[in-house]
Formats: sequence, C-alpha cells, structure tokens
Amino acid sequence: MIAYHRPTTLAQALAIRARGPVMLLAGGTDLYPARTARLGWGDPSQPDVLDLSAIPGLDSIAHSEAGWRIGCLVTWSGLAQADLPPLFDGLRAAAREVGGAQVQNRGTLVGNLCTASPAGDGIPGLLALDAVVEIAGAQRMRALPLAQFLTGYRATALRSDEIVTGLLVPHRAGARSGFRKLGARHYLVISIAMVAGVLVCDEAGRIAEARLAVGACSAVAQRIPAMEAALLGVALPEAAGVPRPEHLAQVTPIDDIRASASFRRDAALTLLRDLLESLAA
Amino acid sequence: MIAFTLNGASVAVMADPFAPLSETLREALGLMGTKIGCEAGDCGACTVLLDGGQICACLVPSAQVAGRTVTTIEAATPLLARLRSAFLAEGAAQCGICTPGMIMAAADLLQREAAPTRVAVMDALGGVLCRCTGYQQIVDAVLRAAQGFAGVEQEAAAGAAVGASIARLDGWPKVLGTERFGADAAPADALWLRVVRAPHASARFTLGDLEAARIAWGLEAILTAADVPGLNGFGIMPHLKDQPVFAEGFVRFRGEAALALVGTRAAVLAVPDARLPITWEVLPALLGVAAAQAGGAPLLHAHAPGNLLVQGRVACGDVAAGHAAAAASASGAFETSFVEHAYIEPEAGYAIPHPDHMEVHACTQAPAMDREEVARVLGVDETAVRIVPTACGGGFGGKLDVSVQPILAVAARRLGRPVRMVFSRIESMASTTKRHPALLRARLSADAQGRFTAFELDADFNTGAYASWGPTVANRVPVHAAGPYRVPHVQAVARAIHTNETPAGAFRGFGVPQAAIATESLVDDIALQLGIDRWEIRRRNAIGRGDATHTGQVLAASAGLPECLDALKPEWEGMLARVAAHNAGAPRQRLGLGIACMWYGCGNTSMSNPSRMHATLARDGRLTLWNGAVDIGQGSTTVLAQIFADALGLPVGQVGFVIGDTALTHDAGKTSASRQTFVSGRAAMAAGQALRARILALANAGEDAVLSLRGTVLQVGAAREIDLAALPEDLEGEGRYDPPTTALDADGQGTPYATYGFAAQIALVRVDTALGTVKVEEIVAAQDVGRAINPQLVIGQIHGGIAQGLGLALMEEFIPGRTENLHDYLIPTVGDVPRIRVHMIEDPEPEGPYGAKGVGEPALVPTAPAILGAIRHATGVTMRRVPVLPHRLWEALHER
Repeated sequence: MIAYHRPTTLAQALAIRARGPVMLLAGGTDLYPARTARLGWGDPSQPDVLDLSAIPGLDSIAHSEAGWRIGCLVTWSGLAQADLPPLFDGLRAAAREVGGAQVQNRGTLVGNLCTASPAGDGIPGLLALDAVVEIAGAQRMRALPLAQFLTGYRATALRSDEIVTGLLVPHRAGARSGFRKLGARHYLVISIAMVAGVLVCDEAGRIAEARLAVGACSAVAQRIPAMEAALLGVALPEAAGVPRPEHLAQVTPIDDIRASASFRRDAALTLLRDLLESLAA
Repeated sequence: MIAFTLNGASVAVMADPFAPLSETLREALGLMGTKIGCEAGDCGACTVLLDGGQICACLVPSAQVAGRTVTTIEAATPLLARLRSAFLAEGAAQCGICTPGMIMAAADLLQREAAPTRVAVMDALGGVLCRCTGYQQIVDAVLRAAQGFAGVEQEAAAGAAVGASIARLDGWPKVLGTERFGADAAPADALWLRVVRAPHASARFTLGDLEAARIAWGLEAILTAADVPGLNGFGIMPHLKDQPVFAEGFVRFRGEAALALVGTRAAVLAVPDARLPITWEVLPALLGVAAAQAGGAPLLHAHAPGNLLVQGRVACGDVAAGHAAAAASASGAFETSFVEHAYIEPEAGYAIPHPDHMEVHACTQAPAMDREEVARVLGVDETAVRIVPTACGGGFGGKLDVSVQPILAVAARRLGRPVRMVFSRIESMASTTKRHPALLRARLSADAQGRFTAFELDADFNTGAYASWGPTVANRVPVHAAGPYRVPHVQAVARAIHTNETPAGAFRGFGVPQAAIATESLVDDIALQLGIDRWEIRRRNAIGRGDATHTGQVLAASAGLPECLDALKPEWEGMLARVAAHNAGAPRQRLGLGIACMWYGCGNTSMSNPSRMHATLARDGRLTLWNGAVDIGQGSTTVLAQIFADALGLPVGQVGFVIGDTALTHDAGKTSASRQTFVSGRAAMAAGQALRARILALANAGEDAVLSLRGTVLQVGAAREIDLAALPEDLEGEGRYDPPTTALDADGQGTPYATYGFAAQIALVRVDTALGTVKVEEIVAAQDVGRAINPQLVIGQIHGGIAQGLGLALMEEFIPGRTENLHDYLIPTVGDVPRIRVHMIEDPEPEGPYGAKGVGEPALVPTAPAILGAIRHATGVTMRRVPVLPHRLWEALHER
C-alpha cells in the first residue's frame, strides 16, 4: 500500500513534500483516471499521495484591493456558484462545461492548471485573466505569472518541494469575459478547441484592453498577442470582424483522434469571432 | 478507521485511505447498489451524494469522506422513494446498471430545486451515461418525481396483459439498487482473477519461469493455455472455435488473453505485467481490410485463405441489365468505423467448482451457448455445466460471445475453489467484440419514374482477429442490402475479412446499419437526380404485403413500411417547410431534414433457432414461467410474462418467473436478432396454451372458461373449482417454437426469416457550417412492430436504438489502443439525444404471438442514414464516412 498523507497544515504538507516524491491530490478527478489507465494495462505503479484537502483556508475565494485570490481547493462548482463580477463570466462558463456535475463538484481549478493538459478547460480563462500562480515552498512563497508557470505539454514550473496554494486575479474594472468550447458531444466532453477572452472598453465603447487565449490547439494554451493588439481601439460591435487567420500563426495544433490540425486552427478562429460577438451583445 | 455518516447512520470502516470511495462502499461495506462502470469519472454509474452534492465515488479517496455525509442508492428517503416509483412508472430503467447513478444525480437536483426545468434536469444528469434508453424516459421520470409519487402499475386483468404498458416486472430491484449484476455477488472465499493481455496487435511470445513469478508475487496460480483441460478454443460458429481461451505463444490482436493471475484481489492487481516472465516478439500487424487482402499478406488463420473468413451473397434478376435500362444511376463508396457496445456494465462473474459440475454466474445474452462453450473448454459434457445468468447491465450483442465464462471455469476447475473476475472498462473495450467496420461500394439505378431497377453492393467487413459473428454479418447483410424496396435486379456480396484488430461480432443490427448508410444515401442521390421528393421515392418503392423480397420470399403479411411512411408524411412536409423557411437567408446554422427506411429479419438467418418454455402451476398455488430467455434490459421478462398470462388466462400479476438458469429452464435461444418477443413469445404463448388446455381438460371445461386463482384454489369457469393442493402433481405446460425458414441457395434465394420488422425515420438536424458540428434536433420514428405487447417497453427500445444510431452517425469510433475508455470513445449523453416522437404501426404478424414481432434492432438502422441525409439537405455535402466528426464535416464543406 502506498503512503497516504493528509496533513492539516500547509507547513506539514510542505515538509512532507520536501521529504520525497509525492503526488498532490485535491479533487482526484485527474489522479484517479490516470491510475485507472495504468492499471488497465497491468501497471500498478502509484506514487505516494499528499492529500491537501484537510488543510483549512484553501477552499475559498477572497477579494481584496489587489484582486481575487482563488484557493487551491476551490472546485469548479464553487467557482460557478461564487459571487463574482462579469470579469469571471468566462471562467465560470468553463466551470459549467467541465465533465459533468460530478466532476464539477470535485475537480479544482488549480488541479486543472497543475495537470497542465493542453485541453485543460480552465487554462485559457486564467490566461485571459492574467492570473498569477501563488506557490508555497519550504523556504519561501513565490508568485509566478501563469504563462511562466506553464512550461510545456503537461509540464509546469512547480518544483518538487512546492505546492500551488492559489491563484491571484487582478481587478479589471468594467471588464467582460467569455468562454467558448468545441467538442463532439454535449456533456462530458474533452475540448477539440476552446477560447477565452477578457475585454475592457473605454467610455466611447472602444476596446481599451483585450486578452484572448486559445486552448487545445498547442502543447500549452496560449495568449494571442497579435489579435489582442488588432482589437485595441476597435468599437466593440465591430470586434468580431477583427480576427484573421494570421493572428493565429503562433498556434501549433496537432492531428489526433478528436480533430485535424487544420480544423482546429480554423475552429479556434471561429470560436474567437463568436466569443467577441457574444461579448458585444 | 474512517468514520462518516452513511445513509443517515454513523459508520466507521477499515479501508485504504487511497481506495476510491466506490471500492470502500462495495468491498468494505457491502453496498453493491453503487455501480462501477469506468473508474475514471466518465460514466457516472457510481454517482453518490457527498454532503448532498453528486460526485463520482470512483474519484473520491476514502480518506476524504471522514466526518462527512455520504448518501447512496440504498438510502431510504421520501425523495428517493418518489424517484424510484417514477423511474419504474416511466420505463426509465431498462438494464438498470445506470439507474442508481441516475437516481442519485436526480436526487441531487431535486433537493436543491423542487420544480426544475427539463434543461435543468439534463444538466443534472449530464454526467451519467445510459446506453439503453435514449434518456427521454429518464428525464420524464425525474420531472414526474418532482411532482410527487407516481403510481406503478405492474398488473393487468386476466386476458388484458397484451397491449398494456405495465411497468417492468423485474424493475423494483433495479430502482432499489438491489439488482445483482455480474460484479455484485460472489462466494466469500472466491479468489480473484486478472487476465494479462497482449499489448501488441500481432506478436509471438515465450514464457519464462512462471512458478518463480507466482511465488514472488504471492499468487495462487498463473494460468496458461496448458491449464485448459478441454479444447483451448471458443467461438460462435459450431465449426469455428478459433479464439483461444489463452493464447498459445502467438496473439492476433491487442487485448488478447495470454495469462491469468489468480490470488487475492490485492495480489492480482499488484503485479506489474511488465515484470512477468513474458517475452514479446512484435510482428507486423494487418490493420484494415486493405492490408489483410493485399497480395502476400500473412494469413491469420489456416482456414481463411486470403484472410477471407466468409462471403455472403444474394443475387436475383440481371443486375447489369437493370442498370443499363435505367434513367438514373448513383454509386458511391462508404466507410464505417469500429463501434463499441459501451454497455455500462463491464463483463463480470464467478465460477464455483462442484464435484460433478461447474457453475458459472456471469452477465450474458446467451446462457445455453455459454454452457456449450464452457463444457467444450473444460472437456466435459454439457450436463456438467450450469450457467446462471446474473442481471445483465446492457448487451446490444456484445455479451453474446463468452468473455469471463471459460476463463473462470478453467481457473475454478484448476484451483478447486470459487474464482471471480471483473473486467475493467479498458479491458472490456480492448478485448470484447465490436461492430464491424465496413467498406461498402454500392450502386442503385431507377427508371424515370424513380422506380428502382437494380442494386449492387460489394462490401468488406473487418471482422478482426477471430470469427465471432462475422459469418452472420456476411450472410445477413446481402439479404437486407437493397433496403426495404421492390428492386427486381439485385446483386449483393459481403465479405468478412480477418485483420489484427479487435474481433468484430454482433452489435444491434449485424451489419445492416452499415449497409443502410450506403443504400439510403443512394436513394437520396436518385431522388435528387430525378427531382423526386425523398419521401415520395421511398413510398413509391416501399416493399409491402404481397411483394417478393430480393431472396424471392413473398411477404404474405405484416409488412407495414407503406403505413410507416404514410404516418410520417404530414410531419415530413411540415418540417420541410420549416427547414426551407429557416434556411432562406443562408444562415451559418443551417437546418436539414433526412429520411431513411429499414427492414430487419427477426431471428437467425436461415437457421433453426428454437425456443422452449416451460410453465408450472404448483400444488402450493404458485404459477411460474420457467423462462430461459435472458432480459438484458429490453424487457423480455415482462413481455413474455404478458404473453404467457393472456394465453393461460390468468392475470400477469400472478406470474412468477425463473430466468435463464440452464439447470432450471429450457434453452430459449440467445437474446439477439430481435427474436425473443417473436420466437420465445410464441413458445411462451404455447406454454400458456398448453397449461390452459391441461386445466380445462382436468375441469372438463369449455375453451372459453374464465380462470381465477386464489391461493391453491383454481376457479375454472363458473362451475368448477380445482384444489391444486389436492392434486397428485403440479400442473405443467410446455411450448416450443422455431420460426419457419429455409436455407438459401447459391444465389441467396430462399426464406431466411419468418418475419421482418419495418421502420422509417425522419431526422431534423442543425449544422453549424463554420464549426462542422451537427446537433440532431428532432427524430420522428414510425415502426411496424406487428403488435406492441407492451407499448412503453417498445418505445423504450425505439428510443434506445435511435440513441445508438445517433452515436454511430456522429461520434462513435473505436480505435484499438487509442479510444479504449469512455472519455476518448464518445457515446451520446442526455444532451445529445433529441426529443423523439414515435408512431407505432401495428400490422399483425400471423406467425408472431398476438401478432408481435421483434423491435430491438430495427430502431437503430434508419437513424444514421436519416441523419446523413439531413446533413446533406442542410449543407449539400454528402458524407460517406461515419462518424461525422466536426472536422470531417468541416473538411467536406471546405472541399466543395
């Protein structure tokens, strides 16, 4: 039987983490399916587990002058039900489209981020929110912009003695946000492509700030600066006409069982146009 | 110790903190109502409430429930009672394997929201997969439960059972969570067995020191081919026992069984396959029929030259002349994929070795065939094997072949102890049969009035590594290929080709759904070429009473396709107008309407497939139908009881039943080919009539005497009473039926089936032309069922067939090694199946019991072609490959 740690303080958790390799567990919605996949072909290997769920204070969303802090145990449902401004509409929409209600009640936003799947449904929204990852280590806390936290396909900058304790989302007064996901069925579906965006308009209704991100179209979900730049100064109702294929030159989708690369690229563009149109509505 | 509140009571349990809650509930606490379908959060069968909210118990570490509240299907609450009644009353439980999860998901919703909308219900149930119902009756049940208690009617007056929508007689255990499926029970001392499977599609292997491995891993035994006492082979065809129980140094597909590990559950799960003494030598694999048919391709089986297992053929008239004389002709090549049955219950069971016989309990569609297979593998007489079917959590053809049965029997015999096993989802998907992928080249011609003149099909079906039901598919397809139409000149050839892929076998429709995709698309082509409405061309050609089929069989009765089409006509016209109005402005989201027809022969193709039923009225007053037909959710237990009750003349509520046990029931044949209502129904009817005749003779009463049974007193007519307790023996009746068919000659001519089901469906779809997505918005079905013995169950079958047809059309694609789970392999969720309207056409079949014939498979057949026709109507693009995934449609739209 593996060692199963369930500490009640962060300090204990960090001490366990520093002692040797453990797999972090919050909601278990990624960990258990991975274990099942291994067992299915006769691989019973399973690292020791560090369960964070008994540590108080990590399951809340807090608001301060700096912005919001989303604790690492906040679930998709918790996010969807929280009292949050329109800035979070996109992230909340993603929360309602992850898996089914069962997964939404258990899976955490931070867990989704740490799994760092290209198809992680929370990641584009967090990129568009300019989220910062709050990381506790044995020696010190650090905060890392999300784009730096994600280092590759299912890879992050989290060190083996660290724990992500939360996400910091800066204020953006008057911002609106959205999310669009494409899959081959209605519920319980892994994204073929998805996009998220945050827009801030000036008093004249022109876009003053645009942050857009695309997921499932490259090893790591990414912001699309070329399109963001092209949107600046555009009247909101005209925004949907802005996206051009060349804005997505940086995305590198692949062919897989769910879709072809060329389709993904085009679908991302369509989803972005749809997203901008809905944000103008 | 983990302490928590379970169903209102405090419990403390010794459990591995990392063990999923589902495992702790079942193994440590013995609560078997929570089902395990995937262990990956993909199916929702294990849904329970944690502090009131629905979660997948397979994803929750047991440690995390400490101090919290868990509610399972075993709980007794007023809300659960309402849901149970409503599920039963609405026909929402078919096989019942998803029912506990569905009910718990619904409870989560209804305790938060007393009067939810239909959309809110769908959102709440979105995480639970059902493969049987098409979800509509489930959603209806939840909405009904929200309104209060629903009355559950399981009785009908004597003589009034046939035609009554009584709730299924085996339904209460399903909604209570007490139903015992293959994984839910086993002797306490049973050892566990896990199969070690080939990770390669084609490979040789050598075994090292297994005894050392056995000792090192603390196992009771490691079994190999050498442990099989009888023939190391099984298979459906009497002459083709080609699939080994354990491979002998050579595997033909990824997932083939190489070894079995037997020991404690923990021990068999702890062994890494990679550290067992097996050395694999990977060989080139034949993937796809083209590779298998290429010159010089290695042969998979000595008996299949050119890797051709079998070829079926139907020919009538002169097809070349028929094409030559035509005014319009259309041809095309079509391609379908492997399709997985995706029943929510993975295969499971246990075997108990008795001194004089082997007893195997397992989920199955074919207990009598299982008995034959197990006996042969053990090298014993069939009388030395007893098969006791457990409840079957969905089958759809996939549980017609043996899976766990021979392996368990070999292990139990070798170890002299009970042995159990439960397939993982991955194992179930990787190792059991699939729907055949097909490559179909077809041509259809018609005269200027749109009357079909000739049809030609040449089709290759990928039957995978072993024969399974490949011959059945190859023989059934040519008979049905030209569709339910009058076509004077037909030539249809279907081949089953071996490859190094998962064995393809029986799946609802036996190849006919694939063929219908080709044929119905060509019918649309002809309609388009000639400028004839698509409904009209089908109506003009629809086969009907008095017409001869392409095998020369004259349909003497019960051929209701014209009536099906006529029933659909008003909706067809109304929906066409709606579509035209919507599409007038050339919007991005375009609507499209499609229509397709089908026919389907009930029972085996040109082969004897008898059913025998036995009934007793015992001296203690108990009335029992000894029914060998297993109910895999479709409802045969209920339907056969209804038929039997009316034939006998007693109320259906008084009929007790024993199902499937080969020691207690006669062979009713397999639950396949839409044959149980028709074939076993006739046998049940005959058994009822025989018992009635016995009673009437005993009472010297007339034919029309009314029976009533109170305790041991049987009232016969007004004047006579029989005290059953005073009789020297129980009263018995027996019935047997074998549908009249004839062999097919070299041209496939003859009478392959005693009767056919007919259906037509309309599909309305919405296509997002930018994203390539297809949403089916409505299905209207018309189906000639002969006579609906239980209309609610018939509708449940039609809904469920449509849901599977929708999956075939739009999302289902099994790729060995790639989509071996239920998140990469997609089946429709509650959000994908549209509202379905059903017109039941009852053109009675004189051969059938009270006019009934089969309904299970037919509903699936027209759905995919109707959807493809609708996609073409919406976009102008003809899709000839399924599933129509968004990127495939998008690519086709861009190629225009």
